[in-house]
Amino acid sequence: MSPARSMQAVVMGASAGGWAAFSRILTALPADYALPVAIVLHVHPGQGEDFPLHMAPGRRIPVRPAQDKDPFLPGVAHFAPPDYHLLIEWDKTLSLSADPKVCHSRPSIDVLFESAASVYGPGLLGVLLTGASSDGTNGIKRINELGGLTVVQDPDTAEHPTMPRSAVTHASPWRVLGLDAIAQLLLDLAPKPHPVFPDLESGATPPDRSRP
Amino acid sequence: MEQHELEQLEIDLFLEGVYRRYGYDFRNYARASLQRRMRGLMAATGHSSVIEMLPKVFSDRGFLIRVVDALSINVTEMFRDPPFFLALREKVVPYLKTYPFIKVWHAGCASGEEVYSLAILFKEEGIYDRTTFFATDFNAGTLEKAKAGIYPLDTMKKFAGNYLAGGGKAALSDYFHAEYDSVIVDGSLKKNVTFAMHNLATDGVFGEMHLILCRNVLIYFDAQLQCRAAGLFDDSLVHGGILALGSKETLRFTELADYYDMLDEKWRIYRKTGATYLAAHWGAPT
Repeated sequence: MSPARSMQAVVMGASAGGWAAFSRILTALPADYALPVAIVLHVHPGQGEDFPLHMAPGRRIPVRPAQDKDPFLPGVAHFAPPDYHLLIEWDKTLSLSADPKVCHSRPSIDVLFESAASVYGPGLLGVLLTGASSDGTNGIKRINELGGLTVVQDPDTAEHPTMPRSAVTHASPWRVLGLDAIAQLLLDLAPKPHPVFPDLESGATPPDRSRP
Repeated sequence: MEQHELEQLEIDLFLEGVYRRYGYDFRNYARASLQRRMRGLMAATGHSSVIEMLPKVFSDRGFLIRVVDALSINVTEMFRDPPFFLALREKVVPYLKTYPFIKVWHAGCASGEEVYSLAILFKEEGIYDRTTFFATDFNAGTLEKAKAGIYPLDTMKKFAGNYLAGGGKAALSDYFHAEYDSVIVDGSLKKNVTFAMHNLATDGVFGEMHLILCRNVLIYFDAQLQCRAAGLFDDSLVHGGILALGSKETLRFTELADYYDMLDEKWRIYRKTGATYLAAHWGAPT
Protein backbone atom coordinates (compact mmCIF):
# COMPACT_ATOMS: atom_id res chain seq x y z
CA MET A 1 0.00 0.00 0.00
CA SER A 2 1.45 3.33 -0.95
CA PRO A 3 0.35 6.21 1.22
CA ALA A 4 -1.68 8.94 -0.39
CA ARG A 5 0.93 11.63 -0.20
CA SER A 6 3.99 12.49 -2.20
CA MET A 7 7.17 13.96 -0.85
CA GLN A 8 9.44 16.82 -1.89
CA ALA A 9 12.87 15.49 -0.95
CA VAL A 10 14.70 12.42 0.34
CA VAL A 11 17.62 12.29 2.78
CA MET A 12 19.44 9.06 3.56
CA GLY A 13 22.19 8.09 5.96
CA ALA A 14 24.34 5.06 6.66
CA SER A 15 27.63 4.14 8.25
CA ALA A 16 29.36 0.72 8.31
CA GLY A 17 27.82 -1.48 5.62
CA GLY A 18 26.36 1.56 3.87
CA TRP A 19 28.19 1.10 0.57
CA ALA A 20 26.34 -2.13 -0.22
CA ALA A 21 23.04 -0.87 1.17
CA PHE A 22 23.09 2.36 -0.85
CA SER A 23 24.19 0.45 -3.95
CA ARG A 24 21.10 -1.71 -3.69
CA ILE A 25 18.74 1.21 -3.20
CA LEU A 26 20.25 3.45 -5.87
CA THR A 27 20.10 0.59 -8.37
CA ALA A 28 16.32 0.55 -7.92
CA LEU A 29 15.83 4.24 -8.72
CA PRO A 30 15.11 5.40 -12.29
CA ALA A 31 17.21 7.90 -14.26
CA ASP A 32 14.41 10.48 -13.98
CA TYR A 33 13.58 10.01 -10.30
CA ALA A 34 11.34 12.93 -9.41
CA LEU A 35 12.84 13.84 -6.02
CA PRO A 36 16.16 15.35 -4.97
CA VAL A 37 18.20 12.95 -2.84
CA ALA A 38 20.94 13.82 -0.33
CA ILE A 39 23.10 11.14 1.22
CA VAL A 40 25.55 10.94 4.10
CA LEU A 41 27.80 7.88 4.17
CA HIS A 42 30.43 7.85 6.88
CA VAL A 43 33.82 7.53 5.19
CA HIS A 44 37.42 8.17 6.14
CA PRO A 45 38.16 11.93 6.11
CA GLY A 46 41.07 11.36 3.73
CA GLN A 47 38.85 9.62 1.16
CA GLY A 48 38.66 11.39 -2.21
CA GLU A 49 35.36 13.21 -2.73
CA ASP A 50 34.67 11.34 -5.98
CA PHE A 51 34.13 8.05 -4.16
CA PRO A 52 30.35 7.86 -4.81
CA LEU A 53 30.87 7.92 -8.58
CA HIS A 54 32.02 4.31 -8.33
CA MET A 55 28.94 3.16 -6.45
CA ALA A 56 26.61 0.61 -8.10
CA PRO A 57 27.98 0.62 -11.65
CA GLY A 58 24.63 -0.45 -13.11
CA ARG A 59 22.60 2.34 -11.53
CA ARG A 60 20.63 4.80 -13.66
CA ILE A 61 20.24 7.71 -11.23
CA PRO A 62 23.24 10.05 -11.45
CA VAL A 63 25.31 10.68 -8.30
CA ARG A 64 27.30 13.79 -7.55
CA PRO A 65 29.69 14.84 -4.79
CA ALA A 66 27.89 17.77 -3.12
CA GLN A 67 29.39 21.21 -3.72
CA ASP A 68 28.64 24.25 -1.59
CA LYS A 69 25.79 26.36 -3.06
CA ASP A 70 24.86 23.85 -5.76
CA PRO A 71 21.12 23.49 -6.35
CA PHE A 72 19.50 20.46 -4.68
CA LEU A 73 18.39 18.91 -7.97
CA PRO A 74 15.66 16.31 -8.42
CA GLY A 75 16.83 13.06 -10.00
CA VAL A 76 20.36 13.34 -8.58
CA ALA A 77 21.83 11.64 -5.51
CA HIS A 78 24.06 14.22 -3.81
CA PHE A 79 26.73 12.74 -1.50
CA ALA A 80 28.32 14.62 1.40
CA PRO A 81 32.07 15.09 0.81
CA PRO A 82 34.45 13.51 3.34
CA ASP A 83 35.25 15.68 6.38
CA TYR A 84 32.43 18.20 5.77
CA HIS A 85 28.86 18.26 6.98
CA LEU A 86 26.21 18.49 4.27
CA LEU A 87 23.14 20.63 4.94
CA ILE A 88 20.14 21.75 2.93
CA GLU A 89 19.81 25.51 2.76
CA TRP A 90 16.48 27.34 3.08
CA ASP A 91 16.57 28.24 -0.62
CA LYS A 92 16.96 24.52 -1.47
CA THR A 93 20.62 24.68 -2.31
CA LEU A 94 23.37 22.56 -0.77
CA SER A 95 25.55 23.88 1.98
CA LEU A 96 28.75 22.51 3.53
CA SER A 97 30.15 23.14 6.98
CA ALA A 98 33.39 22.35 8.81
CA ASP A 99 31.68 22.49 12.22
CA PRO A 100 32.74 20.02 14.90
CA LYS A 101 31.90 16.36 14.52
CA VAL A 102 28.48 15.19 15.66
CA CYS A 103 28.32 11.62 17.04
CA HIS A 104 32.05 11.36 16.21
CA SER A 105 31.22 11.94 12.57
CA ARG A 106 31.73 14.57 9.92
CA PRO A 107 29.72 14.36 7.76
CA SER A 108 26.98 13.60 10.25
CA ILE A 109 23.59 12.14 9.39
CA ASP A 110 21.89 14.16 12.16
CA VAL A 111 23.18 17.41 10.69
CA LEU A 112 21.81 16.61 7.22
CA PHE A 113 18.47 15.30 8.50
CA GLU A 114 17.82 18.17 10.90
CA SER A 115 18.65 20.84 8.32
CA ALA A 116 16.48 19.19 5.66
CA ALA A 117 13.59 18.81 8.13
CA SER A 118 13.70 22.58 8.73
CA VAL A 119 13.36 23.22 5.01
CA TYR A 120 10.82 20.62 3.91
CA GLY A 121 8.84 19.93 7.09
CA PRO A 122 6.11 17.42 6.18
CA GLY A 123 7.54 17.06 2.66
CA LEU A 124 10.68 15.23 3.78
CA LEU A 125 11.38 11.52 3.73
CA GLY A 126 14.28 10.39 5.93
CA VAL A 127 15.88 6.98 5.51
CA LEU A 128 18.36 5.52 7.99
CA LEU A 129 20.29 2.35 7.16
CA THR A 130 23.02 0.09 8.53
CA GLY A 131 25.78 1.35 10.84
CA ALA A 132 27.65 0.96 14.10
CA SER A 133 26.94 4.38 15.62
CA SER A 134 24.04 6.36 17.03
CA ASP A 135 24.20 9.06 14.36
CA GLY A 136 20.82 9.63 12.69
CA THR A 137 18.63 9.00 15.72
CA ASN A 138 18.21 12.69 16.53
CA GLY A 139 17.72 13.44 12.85
CA ILE A 140 14.88 10.92 12.61
CA LYS A 141 13.30 12.44 15.73
CA ARG A 142 13.47 15.92 14.23
CA ILE A 143 11.94 14.84 10.91
CA ASN A 144 9.07 13.21 12.82
CA GLU A 145 8.61 16.31 14.95
CA LEU A 146 8.19 18.52 11.87
CA GLY A 147 5.73 16.14 10.23
CA GLY A 148 7.98 14.33 7.73
CA LEU A 149 8.09 10.58 7.12
CA THR A 150 10.87 8.36 8.44
CA VAL A 151 11.99 4.87 7.51
CA VAL A 152 14.63 2.84 9.29
CA GLN A 153 16.19 -0.36 8.02
CA ASP A 154 15.03 -3.40 9.98
CA PRO A 155 18.00 -4.01 12.30
CA ASP A 156 17.68 -7.77 11.75
CA THR A 157 18.47 -7.24 8.05
CA ALA A 158 21.24 -4.66 8.56
CA GLU A 159 24.91 -5.55 8.16
CA HIS A 160 25.53 -3.49 11.30
CA PRO A 161 22.36 -3.20 13.40
CA THR A 162 23.47 -0.65 16.06
CA MET A 163 22.53 2.51 14.19
CA PRO A 164 19.08 1.44 12.97
CA ARG A 165 18.36 -0.17 16.36
CA SER A 166 19.15 3.07 18.14
CA ALA A 167 16.66 4.92 15.93
CA VAL A 168 13.99 2.24 16.29
CA THR A 169 14.37 2.30 20.07
CA HIS A 170 14.58 6.04 20.62
CA ALA A 171 13.01 7.83 17.65
CA SER A 172 9.79 5.96 16.72
CA PRO A 173 10.23 5.83 12.95
CA TRP A 174 7.13 5.68 10.75
CA ARG A 175 8.23 2.38 9.11
CA VAL A 176 10.88 -0.30 9.80
CA LEU A 177 11.61 -2.23 6.59
CA GLY A 178 14.13 -4.29 4.62
CA LEU A 179 16.20 -2.70 1.85
CA ASP A 180 14.00 -3.78 -1.06
CA ALA A 181 10.84 -2.54 0.65
CA ILE A 182 12.62 0.77 1.34
CA ALA A 183 13.53 1.07 -2.34
CA GLN A 184 9.89 0.39 -3.29
CA LEU A 185 8.73 3.03 -0.83
CA LEU A 186 11.09 5.60 -2.38
CA LEU A 187 9.42 4.89 -5.71
CA ASP A 188 5.87 5.02 -4.28
CA LEU A 189 6.39 8.30 -2.45
CA ALA A 190 7.85 10.16 -5.41
CA PRO A 191 5.44 12.24 -7.47
CA LYS A 192 4.60 10.44 -10.70
CA PRO A 193 5.73 12.19 -13.88
CA HIS A 194 2.30 11.69 -15.53
CA PRO A 195 -0.64 11.79 -13.16
CA VAL A 196 -2.94 8.85 -13.77
CA PHE A 197 -6.67 9.40 -13.44
CA PRO A 198 -8.35 6.33 -11.97
CA ASP A 199 -11.31 7.07 -14.23
CA LEU A 200 -9.23 6.49 -17.33
CA GLU A 201 -8.79 2.88 -16.41
CA SER A 202 -12.49 2.38 -15.77
CA GLY A 203 -13.35 3.80 -19.20
CA ALA A 204 -14.90 7.06 -17.99
CA THR A 205 -14.24 10.29 -19.90
CA PRO A 206 -11.12 12.04 -18.76
CA PRO A 207 -11.51 15.66 -17.73
CA ASP A 208 -11.29 18.01 -20.68
CA ARG A 209 -8.11 19.98 -20.16
CA SER A 210 -7.97 21.65 -23.55
CA ARG A 211 -10.13 24.56 -22.44
CA PRO A 212 -8.47 27.45 -20.67
CA MET B 1 1.98 28.31 8.83
CA GLU B 2 3.88 25.04 9.30
CA GLN B 3 6.17 24.76 12.31
CA HIS B 4 9.36 24.74 10.22
CA GLU B 5 8.29 27.96 8.46
CA LEU B 6 7.55 29.61 11.78
CA GLU B 7 11.07 28.91 13.03
CA GLN B 8 12.55 30.41 9.87
CA LEU B 9 10.51 33.58 10.41
CA GLU B 10 11.64 33.78 14.04
CA ILE B 11 15.28 33.48 12.97
CA ASP B 12 14.86 36.28 10.40
CA LEU B 13 13.37 38.55 13.08
CA PHE B 14 16.06 37.64 15.61
CA LEU B 15 18.93 38.40 13.21
CA GLU B 16 17.36 41.68 12.14
CA GLY B 17 16.94 42.61 15.80
CA VAL B 18 20.54 41.78 16.71
CA TYR B 19 21.82 43.75 13.73
CA ARG B 20 19.75 46.87 14.38
CA ARG B 21 20.31 46.85 18.12
CA TYR B 22 24.04 46.02 18.17
CA GLY B 23 25.43 46.11 14.61
CA TYR B 24 26.47 42.45 14.50
CA ASP B 25 25.31 41.37 11.06
CA PHE B 26 24.55 37.68 10.66
CA ARG B 27 21.71 38.29 8.22
CA ASN B 28 23.66 36.94 5.24
CA TYR B 29 25.07 33.87 6.93
CA ALA B 30 24.08 30.60 5.26
CA ARG B 31 20.93 29.78 7.18
CA ALA B 32 21.23 26.01 7.51
CA SER B 33 24.34 26.07 9.71
CA LEU B 34 23.19 29.20 11.49
CA GLN B 35 19.89 27.59 12.39
CA ARG B 36 21.77 24.63 13.85
CA ARG B 37 23.82 26.99 16.00
CA MET B 38 20.70 28.86 17.09
CA ARG B 39 19.09 25.59 18.14
CA GLY B 40 22.23 24.71 20.07
CA LEU B 41 22.07 28.07 21.84
CA MET B 42 18.37 27.58 22.64
CA ALA B 43 19.11 24.21 24.20
CA ALA B 44 22.13 25.51 26.15
CA THR B 45 20.24 28.50 27.57
CA GLY B 46 16.92 26.79 28.24
CA HIS B 47 14.79 28.61 25.68
CA SER B 48 12.06 26.77 23.81
CA SER B 49 11.88 29.05 20.78
CA VAL B 50 14.08 31.50 18.90
CA ILE B 51 11.67 34.39 19.40
CA GLU B 52 11.88 33.92 23.18
CA MET B 53 15.54 34.90 22.98
CA LEU B 54 14.86 38.25 21.30
CA PRO B 55 13.76 40.23 24.39
CA LYS B 56 16.58 38.55 26.30
CA VAL B 57 19.27 39.69 23.84
CA PHE B 58 17.74 43.18 23.66
CA SER B 59 18.05 43.76 27.37
CA ASP B 60 21.10 41.71 28.32
CA ARG B 61 24.57 42.39 26.85
CA GLY B 62 25.90 39.28 28.53
CA PHE B 63 23.45 37.27 26.49
CA LEU B 64 24.60 39.08 23.34
CA ILE B 65 28.07 37.65 23.94
CA ARG B 66 26.55 34.16 24.15
CA VAL B 67 24.81 34.81 20.83
CA VAL B 68 27.96 36.12 19.14
CA ASP B 69 29.94 33.14 20.45
CA ALA B 70 27.31 30.70 19.27
CA LEU B 71 27.16 32.20 15.79
CA SER B 72 30.87 32.76 15.19
CA ILE B 73 32.89 30.33 13.19
CA ASN B 74 35.55 29.18 15.59
CA VAL B 75 36.52 25.73 14.36
CA THR B 76 40.21 25.66 13.57
CA GLU B 77 43.27 23.53 14.08
CA MET B 78 46.99 23.61 13.37
CA PHE B 79 48.01 22.59 9.87
CA ARG B 80 44.46 21.50 8.99
CA ASP B 81 44.71 19.75 5.59
CA PRO B 82 48.47 19.10 5.62
CA PRO B 83 48.68 18.87 1.80
CA PHE B 84 47.45 22.47 1.66
CA PHE B 85 50.47 23.55 3.69
CA LEU B 86 52.72 21.53 1.38
CA ALA B 87 51.19 23.39 -1.56
CA LEU B 88 51.85 26.70 0.22
CA ARG B 89 55.49 25.79 0.67
CA GLU B 90 55.96 24.59 -2.88
CA LYS B 91 53.79 26.91 -4.92
CA VAL B 92 53.32 30.12 -2.93
CA VAL B 93 56.53 30.66 -0.96
CA PRO B 94 58.63 31.03 -4.16
CA TYR B 95 56.46 34.02 -5.16
CA LEU B 96 56.59 35.53 -1.70
CA LYS B 97 60.38 35.23 -1.59
CA THR B 98 60.61 37.79 -4.40
CA TYR B 99 59.20 40.56 -2.17
CA PRO B 100 61.44 42.67 0.10
CA PHE B 101 58.66 42.71 2.68
CA ILE B 102 55.49 40.64 2.90
CA LYS B 103 52.07 41.41 4.31
CA VAL B 104 49.69 38.58 5.13
CA TRP B 105 46.03 38.84 6.11
CA HIS B 106 44.52 35.88 7.87
CA ALA B 107 40.78 36.61 7.79
CA GLY B 108 38.62 34.79 10.33
CA CYS B 109 41.50 33.59 12.49
CA ALA B 110 39.30 32.41 15.39
CA SER B 111 41.55 31.14 18.21
CA GLY B 112 44.70 31.52 16.10
CA GLU B 113 45.90 27.97 15.46
CA GLU B 114 46.16 28.53 11.73
CA VAL B 115 47.96 31.84 11.81
CA TYR B 116 50.61 30.32 14.08
CA SER B 117 50.86 27.40 11.65
CA LEU B 118 51.53 29.93 8.93
CA ALA B 119 54.10 31.71 11.09
CA ILE B 120 55.95 28.42 11.63
CA LEU B 121 55.96 27.73 7.91
CA PHE B 122 57.29 31.23 7.16
CA LYS B 123 60.03 30.79 9.75
CA GLU B 124 61.15 27.51 8.24
CA GLU B 125 61.16 29.04 4.77
CA GLY B 126 63.27 31.96 5.98
CA ILE B 127 60.75 34.73 5.29
CA TYR B 128 59.21 35.29 8.74
CA ASP B 129 61.40 38.26 9.63
CA ARG B 130 60.27 40.34 6.67
CA THR B 131 56.59 39.47 7.13
CA THR B 132 53.79 41.22 8.99
CA PHE B 133 50.75 39.05 9.73
CA PHE B 134 47.33 40.60 10.30
CA ALA B 135 45.04 38.08 11.94
CA THR B 136 41.45 39.27 12.20
CA ASP B 137 38.16 38.08 13.63
CA PHE B 138 34.99 39.83 14.77
CA ASN B 139 34.73 37.88 18.01
CA ALA B 140 36.63 39.69 20.77
CA GLY B 141 36.67 36.60 22.99
CA THR B 142 38.30 34.25 20.52
CA LEU B 143 40.69 37.01 19.46
CA GLU B 144 41.92 37.20 23.06
CA LYS B 145 42.52 33.44 22.98
CA ALA B 146 44.45 33.83 19.72
CA LYS B 147 46.61 36.56 21.22
CA ALA B 148 47.33 34.46 24.29
CA GLY B 149 48.34 31.48 22.13
CA ILE B 150 47.69 28.93 24.84
CA TYR B 151 46.36 25.55 23.73
CA PRO B 152 45.58 22.27 25.46
CA LEU B 153 48.52 19.89 25.44
CA ASP B 154 46.46 16.90 24.32
CA THR B 155 45.54 18.49 20.97
CA MET B 156 49.21 18.92 20.13
CA LYS B 157 49.68 15.27 19.28
CA LYS B 158 47.26 15.47 16.36
CA PHE B 159 48.70 18.83 15.33
CA ALA B 160 52.23 17.36 15.37
CA GLY B 161 51.10 14.71 12.88
CA ASN B 162 49.52 17.39 10.67
CA TYR B 163 52.69 19.46 10.89
CA LEU B 164 54.96 16.66 9.68
CA ALA B 165 52.55 15.69 6.90
CA GLY B 166 52.49 19.35 5.85
CA GLY B 167 56.23 19.41 5.23
CA GLY B 168 57.40 20.48 8.69
CA LYS B 169 61.18 20.71 8.89
CA ALA B 170 61.73 20.50 12.65
CA ALA B 171 59.54 19.33 15.52
CA LEU B 172 56.33 21.16 16.33
CA SER B 173 57.30 21.19 20.00
CA ASP B 174 60.24 23.48 19.10
CA TYR B 175 57.75 26.33 18.78
CA PHE B 176 55.89 25.86 22.07
CA HIS B 177 56.56 25.74 25.77
CA ALA B 178 54.65 23.14 27.73
CA GLU B 179 53.36 23.91 31.19
CA TYR B 180 51.03 21.63 33.13
CA ASP B 181 48.44 20.48 30.60
CA SER B 182 48.83 23.45 28.23
CA VAL B 183 51.29 24.74 25.70
CA ILE B 184 52.07 28.37 24.90
CA VAL B 185 53.28 29.72 21.57
CA ASP B 186 56.91 30.90 21.59
CA GLY B 187 57.33 34.67 21.57
CA SER B 188 59.44 34.59 18.41
CA LEU B 189 56.35 33.36 16.51
CA LYS B 190 54.12 36.04 17.95
CA LYS B 191 56.26 39.10 17.44
CA ASN B 192 55.21 39.83 13.83
CA VAL B 193 51.55 38.93 14.30
CA THR B 194 49.00 41.71 14.84
CA PHE B 195 45.56 40.63 16.01
CA ALA B 196 42.65 42.96 15.26
CA MET B 197 38.87 43.07 15.22
CA HIS B 198 37.47 42.94 11.70
CA ASN B 199 34.10 41.75 10.44
CA LEU B 200 33.91 40.56 6.83
CA ALA B 201 30.18 41.35 6.85
CA THR B 202 30.49 45.01 7.80
CA ASP B 203 34.10 46.31 7.72
CA GLY B 204 36.29 47.47 4.86
CA VAL B 205 39.81 47.20 3.44
CA PHE B 206 42.64 48.12 5.82
CA GLY B 207 45.84 47.47 3.89
CA GLU B 208 47.58 46.10 0.85
CA MET B 209 48.37 42.39 1.12
CA HIS B 210 50.59 39.86 -0.65
CA LEU B 211 48.81 36.81 0.73
CA ILE B 212 45.29 36.42 2.09
CA LEU B 213 44.15 33.24 3.83
CA CYS B 214 40.48 32.70 4.52
CA ARG B 215 39.68 29.02 4.81
CA ASN B 216 36.33 27.50 5.67
CA VAL B 217 34.73 30.85 6.35
CA LEU B 218 33.01 31.60 3.03
CA ILE B 219 31.00 28.34 3.21
CA TYR B 220 29.14 29.92 6.14
CA PHE B 221 28.10 32.91 4.02
CA ASP B 222 25.32 33.19 1.46
CA ALA B 223 26.23 34.09 -2.13
CA GLN B 224 25.77 37.82 -1.54
CA LEU B 225 28.05 37.95 1.50
CA GLN B 226 30.58 35.71 -0.27
CA CYS B 227 30.76 38.33 -3.02
CA ARG B 228 31.26 41.08 -0.46
CA ALA B 229 34.10 39.22 1.26
CA ALA B 230 35.74 38.23 -2.02
CA GLY B 231 35.52 41.88 -3.12
CA LEU B 232 37.36 42.95 0.04
CA PHE B 233 40.07 40.38 -0.63
CA ASP B 234 40.37 41.52 -4.23
CA ASP B 235 40.66 45.17 -3.23
CA SER B 236 43.30 44.28 -0.64
CA LEU B 237 45.56 42.11 -2.82
CA VAL B 238 48.51 43.53 -4.74
CA HIS B 239 48.81 42.58 -8.39
CA GLY B 240 50.23 39.04 -8.31
CA GLY B 241 48.98 38.53 -4.75
CA ILE B 242 47.75 35.16 -3.52
CA LEU B 243 44.35 34.17 -2.17
CA ALA B 244 43.92 30.84 -0.37
CA LEU B 245 40.40 29.57 0.34
CA GLY B 246 39.07 26.37 1.89
CA SER B 247 39.07 23.28 -0.29
CA LYS B 248 35.30 23.47 -0.81
CA GLU B 249 35.23 27.21 -1.54
CA THR B 250 35.52 28.87 -4.93
CA LEU B 251 35.39 32.24 -6.61
CA ARG B 252 32.79 30.93 -9.04
CA PHE B 253 29.95 33.05 -7.62
CA THR B 254 31.90 36.24 -7.44
CA GLU B 255 32.73 37.23 -11.05
CA LEU B 256 36.34 37.46 -9.87
CA ALA B 257 37.38 34.11 -11.31
CA ASP B 258 38.42 35.68 -14.63
CA TYR B 259 40.98 37.86 -12.91
CA TYR B 260 42.71 35.05 -11.05
CA ASP B 261 44.92 32.11 -12.03
CA MET B 262 44.50 28.84 -10.22
CA LEU B 263 47.83 27.97 -8.59
CA ASP B 264 46.46 24.84 -6.96
CA GLU B 265 43.02 23.61 -7.93
CA LYS B 266 42.49 21.06 -5.17
CA TRP B 267 43.49 23.42 -2.38
CA ARG B 268 41.91 26.51 -3.98
CA ILE B 269 44.96 28.73 -4.11
CA TYR B 270 44.47 31.64 -6.51
CA ARG B 271 46.86 34.28 -7.85
CA LYS B 272 45.57 37.67 -8.87
CA THR B 273 46.67 38.35 -12.40
CA GLY B 274 44.10 40.71 -13.94
CA ALA B 275 43.00 44.24 -13.18
CA THR B 276 40.93 44.37 -10.03
CA TYR B 277 37.29 43.67 -10.59
CA LEU B 278 36.20 47.03 -9.25
CA ALA B 279 38.71 48.98 -11.29
CA ALA B 280 37.72 47.10 -14.43
CA HIS B 281 34.00 47.58 -13.94
CA TRP B 282 33.47 50.75 -12.00
CA GLY B 283 36.68 52.76 -12.08
CA ALA B 284 38.80 53.22 -8.99
CA PRO B 285 37.03 52.42 -5.73
CA THR B 286 35.89 55.50 -3.88
